[in-house]
Amino acid sequence: MENIKTQVRKYIEDNFLLGAGTRMPGDDDSFIEHHVLDSTGFLELVAHLEGTYAIKIADQEMVPENLETLNRVAAFVARKRGA
Amino acid sequence: MTFEADFPPGPELTRAFLIAAARFPGKTALVCGDERVSYAELLPRVAGLARALQDSGLQRGDRVLLMLDNGIEFAVAMHALLLLGAVIVPVSPLTKTDKLRYLLIDTDAVALVAHATLAPAWQAALPRAPALRSVWVVGQADTDDARCRAWPGAAAAALPDLAIDGRELAAIIYTSGTTGQPKGVMLSHDNMRAAWRSVQAYLHLREDDVIGLALPMTFSYGLYHVIMGLGLGATIVIERSVAFPVKLLQRFAAERVTVFPGVPTLFASLLGQDLAAYDLGALRIATNAAAALPIAHLQRLRQAWPQMRFFAMYGLTECKRASYLAPEDIDARPASVGRGMPFQRHWLVDEDGRDVTVGGVGQLVVAGPHVMQGYWRRPGESAEKLRPAPDGTPALYTGDIFRSDADGYLYFVSRSDDIIKSRGEKVSPVEVEHAICGLPGVIDAAVVGVPDELLGEAVQAYVRIATGVQLTERDVIRHCLATLESFMAPKRVVFVEELPVTDSGKVQRSGLRNLHPPTNS
Repeated sequence: MENIKTQVRKYIEDNFLLGAGTRMPGDDDSFIEHHVLDSTGFLELVAHLEGTYAIKIADQEMVPENLETLNRVAAFVARKRGA
Repeated sequence: MTFEADFPPGPELTRAFLIAAARFPGKTALVCGDERVSYAELLPRVAGLARALQDSGLQRGDRVLLMLDNGIEFAVAMHALLLLGAVIVPVSPLTKTDKLRYLLIDTDAVALVAHATLAPAWQAALPRAPALRSVWVVGQADTDDARCRAWPGAAAAALPDLAIDGRELAAIIYTSGTTGQPKGVMLSHDNMRAAWRSVQAYLHLREDDVIGLALPMTFSYGLYHVIMGLGLGATIVIERSVAFPVKLLQRFAAERVTVFPGVPTLFASLLGQDLAAYDLGALRIATNAAAALPIAHLQRLRQAWPQMRFFAMYGLTECKRASYLAPEDIDARPASVGRGMPFQRHWLVDEDGRDVTVGGVGQLVVAGPHVMQGYWRRPGESAEKLRPAPDGTPALYTGDIFRSDADGYLYFVSRSDDIIKSRGEKVSPVEVEHAICGLPGVIDAAVVGVPDELLGEAVQAYVRIATGVQLTERDVIRHCLATLESFMAPKRVVFVEELPVTDSGKVQRSGLRNLHPPTNS
């Protein structure tokens, strides 16, 4: 799971964060409240997770419990892969 | 009808809210996350902030920036500031440092109200804003700027009672301009009450309504729903994000939402879900503005929510709204934005300013008490946009070209400028081009809007880079996400050897569309 977390962090840093004043919030901080991802950004993240980890994410799974923070994303992906 | 003709009461915009709060103290005013706030609980919060602002030296007419995500604090701050006679300047929480600094300086704002989570954007803007005396922070901010204040608690203090004149400014709302610098639309208390009165005259919102508000409150369309909902004594269910449509539908079903204002991208994201799985049987009104809703999407919404009355609306910040299509007209005229709002006059003019006869095509001109006072400190652009109507009152030249049919229904034809409308937001191509040119290795850039099923228009950039420089599409997009509001970032980037220019050397945007027709992806 740590490995997934590192990879997802890098994906977000590479694709959504750049420049002065923009930094990755804490692993339990909300991507929404910190404006790291907007609705389009979440869709891109989900497509990336599906492609990278060979998982399928249903509409019903696109909820904050699974995606709102880095820790939640990592746990969710680990769960999906284990399932 | 007497009620509506006199509603909302004045002269100040907050009068209706105070009356509603006195009538319905125990009623839920706002719901946000797990928090529910009654009118009786909301008033002391407004009073607490108003007193703290007053103690900080805030004067009538002072400009205050509200850079807040959707939440209860927005409603508290807005009412506190309006009661003090201050001028609210809503700022999108997506705003980055450079633009925020511009807004602070352009308005000479004395205070900023902001979420701590947005500190990466606002903190760097503080040192170069000398007029700024205080920053009211919602949440815990890690800052050593002495101007930052903690959010004040509720107070049993009396609310300010300043006898505000309806002609005083209530808000300055910034809108994208063709020159690249946003312009502040000045709205008086009278302007905003007039817009509200017109909207109320056709929408007939009620005190027993539950408004599901997912639109940003810093966006004129969302802002007015806060004012209207709390002014009526209704309940507003606040959604902080539209990123999780399943959550939004669950919440709207659980709260028995009756009124749902939306924009095409929001409706599109809901249509990606199985709408039959959520009971929105209480929904009686849905509205669409900011861009046209595809007819196929509207049909699917009507199938899912057959009891709903749907209003298609058109407007611009300079007058809030100009027209609406009533639910009973939709089947006969699905492509129309309807007829003008009650209590306004409007007509079409040709390029020489002559009236266009019924059935013709021309620029829409709107007159009435909802039309703005002008652009903040921009007399030249104000005079261009506001010109005397035949009766001498100011008329707003919208810049939008419409066709009217024999019955006076309006059909949008085109914009008369280069502004792009993406996700319902106005995007200035010049602003995006400037941002892209700030990326090392870029020589020149040109930006156009291309049709996009989801976004209305997508921002497409054509970029010329120096020899030997390696840049990818994602590099450009990421740079734009870091420097601009996210809706302004290009969806596609095309690298080109040359940009087409006019005889005078200006980049010819129309030439680009022809040179590189967009591909659908």
